[in-house]
Amino acid sequence: MLNLDQYSCLGAALRDALDRWPNENCLIEADRDREKTRLTYSDFKEVALPLARALEDAEFKTGDRAAIIMTNQSKWLISAYAVFYRGGVLVPLDYKLSAAEHLQLLRHCQAEFLIIEYHLWRAIAQSPEFKNHKLKKVLVTEAPLRADLAGAYRWEEFRRKGDPAFVMRERQDTACIVYSSGTGGRPKGCVLTHENYLEQCKALTAWYPFWPGVRYLSILPTNHAIDFMVGFIGPFVCGACVVHLRTLRPEFVRDAFVRYKITYVSLVPMILKNLERGLRAKFEELSGGKRFLLDRMMALNKSLTRRRPKVGLSRKLLAQVHQGFGGELRAMFTGGAFMEPSTLQFFYDLGIPVANGYGLTEAGTSLTLNDLNPFRADTVGKPLPGVELRVLSPDADGIGQVAVRGKTVMSHYLDDPELTAQTIVDGWLITGDLGRFDDDGHLQLFGRKKNMIVTEGGKNVYPEDIETAFEGLSVKEYCVFAANYLWPAKTLGREMLVLVLRLEQNQEFSEALKEEIVTRNRRLPDFKRIGGYLVFSSDFPRTASMKIKRDALAEEVRKKLDRSVVVEL
Amino acid sequence: MTTTDQILEQIMNLAAMHFKVQREELTPDGDFFKTLGIDSLQALDLLTRLEHHFRIELPDYELQGVSDFRTLADRIQARL
Repeated sequence: MLNLDQYSCLGAALRDALDRWPNENCLIEADRDREKTRLTYSDFKEVALPLARALEDAEFKTGDRAAIIMTNQSKWLISAYAVFYRGGVLVPLDYKLSAAEHLQLLRHCQAEFLIIEYHLWRAIAQSPEFKNHKLKKVLVTEAPLRADLAGAYRWEEFRRKGDPAFVMRERQDTACIVYSSGTGGRPKGCVLTHENYLEQCKALTAWYPFWPGVRYLSILPTNHAIDFMVGFIGPFVCGACVVHLRTLRPEFVRDAFVRYKITYVSLVPMILKNLERGLRAKFEELSGGKRFLLDRMMALNKSLTRRRPKVGLSRKLLAQVHQGFGGELRAMFTGGAFMEPSTLQFFYDLGIPVANGYGLTEAGTSLTLNDLNPFRADTVGKPLPGVELRVLSPDADGIGQVAVRGKTVMSHYLDDPELTAQTIVDGWLITGDLGRFDDDGHLQLFGRKKNMIVTEGGKNVYPEDIETAFEGLSVKEYCVFAANYLWPAKTLGREMLVLVLRLEQNQEFSEALKEEIVTRNRRLPDFKRIGGYLVFSSDFPRTASMKIKRDALAEEVRKKLDRSVVVEL
Repeated sequence: MTTTDQILEQIMNLAAMHFKVQREELTPDGDFFKTLGIDSLQALDLLTRLEHHFRIELPDYELQGVSDFRTLADRIQARL
């Protein structure tokens, strides 16, 4: 792989990668069982540079911000490289947000350039807030022939001849602005530098190297910290190949493992559990003899790999299982949300180690990761090289708030010095997560100090962001909390959002009110919905300026009520 | 030409059968994640069934932001 110490910016590292491995495959894009695109590093360069030149001619200047809103595909990476080539700042946005949310974040980050998939642009253009956008140039991919582009350009035609000028950036310059959450409430745009990414990449590949011929299956959205690193930067600086699927349907994902002989993949708990369910169902269908044999092989594999994985051996003992994954799978990665240890153990016993890790957008992809030496199902691993972690004010059990310091920690929150100052204190990023280190230096997590949840799909949801969905509710006042924030449980499971209600004087909780709550809840995307509500019997504590004192309210709820009073929806 | 109501009926019948719930429990405007007891991955499975039934291709993004059968019917109608 490239020696990342010698690079000052992502653009330079990627540029050298394209020249270093010209004939290696770098991208394969499949739509169901059809292969749409296959590019070598040399092909990639040929497609990307005319785009970079077109950006240059369109006066895309050093430090200008370009947002990308696309599902995972080759055009995502090509566009990102063109932006970096021109010294721009990338703002990768979640394609699953609504048009209104996209416009809100575009306004917040002040991006003037946008590269977006047609169906998403169509939704934005039909949005009431569309007329207020400040975008200078919009490039739309895969627009139908006679589509109304609402002033945008076709990405496929946005090319110019001639060599674009490469713009070198320094390590402390901004590479990306990545939103860790915060539509509807206070957008948290993490300003991440080139150094953040280069150091993160160096740390991760020290434990999990990639090389030419390695195939990484990119399923998690590339705007997310994990896939941006492990499904783009990491593979590219190692000459490896990224496989994109335009669908997440399980049958095509399973097929992709075999068709493309996948080496690594990152999954969120929801997909991993789905995979486990599917495998268990298949095992149930085996005849008695075959099932007995499988169980024996799993037990043998577990015993022989208790110190560390032995991929070659596992592939021999459990050949059919491994062939079902293409026969080349070395490991899966997971993180970003709570993972059941039993699921991790299940896959390990099959000889498919799942390396569980922990990180947050504010500090790059990963702070800790299991190095499988030996495999641990009950932790989120050890700090990566170069990452300093400590536990603040540990209690009698050694549990306290996790803080991190190192070169992967973000520079600041965009345009929010107050929140930055609260989050990065004396050089330490206060994560808001509770944990402790065991005797082997592994981090175990025990819930969150901060008022938020992380869904099974790995999405951060901050209660303040969804309160607008209940504006005008026929009650005196309301507030949303993460249940584990109200009743800390020293566990990361059972995450849900709770709507705390205060009724008007003499108001009864009626079926009509419940229906109103349900209806408003349903308007939210499924992962943002509240899981239940409770009625609180006192007025909410407020500041002099009438803002709800959330911490004080949470304390009162915690003292007076038990989690069992929550009425689940 | 199939009407949206006809499409709606077919979708709900298919969903009830595939996920083994009583047809009467499903309504056009109800949250199908809740009534079918499914997550987003299983919803993609439903999309595949609908593709076979209506003989059309439905990209994953047609499910984005959709949680009721009526909106799903509209999306399918637009592709017929």
